[in-house]
Amino acid sequence: MSETGGSTPAAIEAVGISRTYRMGEGSVPALRGVSLRIEPGDYVAVVGPSGSGKSTLMHLLGGLDRPTEGRLVIGGEEVGKLTENQLARLRNRTIGFVFQSFHLLPRTSAVENVALPLVYRGVPARTRRQRAAAMLGQVGLAHRLDHRPNQLSGGEQQRVAIARALVTDPSVLLADEPTGNLDSATGEAVLALLEQLNQSSGVAVVLVTHDREVAQRARRQIVIRDGRILE
Amino acid sequence: MRLAEAWRVALGALRANRLRSGLTMLGVVIGVAAVVVLVAIGTGTRHEVERQVEGLGSNLLLVFPGEASISAAPAVSRLTLADADAVTRVVGDRNRVAVQIASGETVRAGTASRFTSVLGVLDTTPNVFVRELRRGTYLTRSDVDTARRVAVLGARVAEELFGDRDPIGQQITIAGVRFRVVGLFAPAGPSLGIDRDDQVHIPVTTAHRLLGTDRIDALAVRAPDRERIHELGDQIVAELARRHPDSEFSAVTQEEIIGVLGDILGILTWVLAAIAGISLLVGGVGVSNIMLVSVRERVREIGLRKAVGARNRDIGLQFLLEAVMLTSIGGLLGIGLGIGAALLAAELSPVPAAVTWWSMALAFGVSAAVGIVFGVVPAQRAARLDPVTALRSE
Repeated sequence: MSETGGSTPAAIEAVGISRTYRMGEGSVPALRGVSLRIEPGDYVAVVGPSGSGKSTLMHLLGGLDRPTEGRLVIGGEEVGKLTENQLARLRNRTIGFVFQSFHLLPRTSAVENVALPLVYRGVPARTRRQRAAAMLGQVGLAHRLDHRPNQLSGGEQQRVAIARALVTDPSVLLADEPTGNLDSATGEAVLALLEQLNQSSGVAVVLVTHDREVAQRARRQIVIRDGRILE
Repeated sequence: MRLAEAWRVALGALRANRLRSGLTMLGVVIGVAAVVVLVAIGTGTRHEVERQVEGLGSNLLLVFPGEASISAAPAVSRLTLADADAVTRVVGDRNRVAVQIASGETVRAGTASRFTSVLGVLDTTPNVFVRELRRGTYLTRSDVDTARRVAVLGARVAEELFGDRDPIGQQITIAGVRFRVVGLFAPAGPSLGIDRDDQVHIPVTTAHRLLGTDRIDALAVRAPDRERIHELGDQIVAELARRHPDSEFSAVTQEEIIGVLGDILGILTWVLAAIAGISLLVGGVGVSNIMLVSVRERVREIGLRKAVGARNRDIGLQFLLEAVMLTSIGGLLGIGLGIGAALLAAELSPVPAAVTWWSMALAFGVSAAVGIVFGVVPAQRAARLDPVTALRSE
């Protein structure tokens, strides 16, 4: 665990991270020298218009990508120094993802979708099912265990995705426009669920959104524009 | 990820696309079935030939003029009955020596006629070759000594000329000369391309008179024991060479005939298997193709799996196992189909077929290997996908 300032170690700490994409001859900077800290149990909204670099930031914070410059520490491990396999392990143990388009496996029951991260952790099948079922209970879908994604409503599908993100007991949940594909009432319920889980389980929630209203519910906001943090 | 888990995932993916998996498998099924069937036919033919050669009788030594080689041109025989007597002296037992002169002749009985193979033989023929009579008697020594016009008919000849009637004691003509039927062979089946049921045996002396010659085509000797058969063959060839200094003679045993034919049929079997193997290869290319499509279709799934902690190895293994499972299941079905087709062919046609365990093991092994070989490229492509790009794809 690396102490990088503050009394408690951060869940995620970024110091001057940049990400540049190569495009043919030149290169396009998507993120330029961003520094931020996500504390354990935090509830942060990352806000910005599309093309601002917030998706790139989320991929970096989730260990799906590596910064071209700067220092990024997730769960006490410096991302730049990890091998691909170690990075996969870090994602599995420390991060939970929730996507705008749910990203559930089709033709696969809710409980199996939720159990998926545990497969890559080597958890035996029976334990996986028990833990996945319990997690679905926490998001209010105890009665939908064996339903497939196409038998569930959009709100239910996003709840399944949230359960999948949390089944490994991660320290950070990264949600990329989690209400983007939902109507406002359903979106409201999903946000309420995220807030409730943030309070009850102490998981840090990072909400990436372009919606100011959604962002205002967070404890603090990070506004990003043209690859830089504004405030 | 555990291997058992990976198998389960692969099976699930195949089930999810039943029609596509089935069609892809079909290529492998056909390829494997072709290997099993063609090898079965090749092996069956070999067994059949061996059986026929052995069915001639045991410890048989065939003596003929010329070289004992597949490529040698047939030699004109200069052998006569005097040579047969000389061979008899070498062998030491008249009953162990048979001779033959063959000619294609038209045989008539009343209005019925058949063009068939007429063999001039000695009365010792049934002692040397395995031939069973159904009715009547075989030619006797006195028939041969006095050149009687008597004949023993093969089963098919008798049926053609007399139908259901008993031919014993009936008159027939061979090349216009009258003969009396004294015996009828039991059906014997073909041997080495010669239909032994389509033959008429007459005394060799009568045949000489009928054909206006004193030649014999070949000699056959039944050796007293297996150990001395080659020695005896050498002695006979030496004796004949002494009598005909400007001619060459050969003596071959059944084992030698089986050996040569077996080698030829063995090569033929491998050639057939190789041709069938090509269709298996084509099936493998189909598997590769479909796996590439499958990877492209499931880019989002791959991205998600990576996001929740799958390593490159886990993804690669998943797709590789999917390909191996496709070809292995296809292989098993192909073996089943191949066995069925081989048994059906053996049942419904004269083509003999013998399913061998090694052809099944080989076909299954090859199909599983095809899955690995043709699954590697798609699996690597899946494993190396960048999770960010994969998650973004539509």
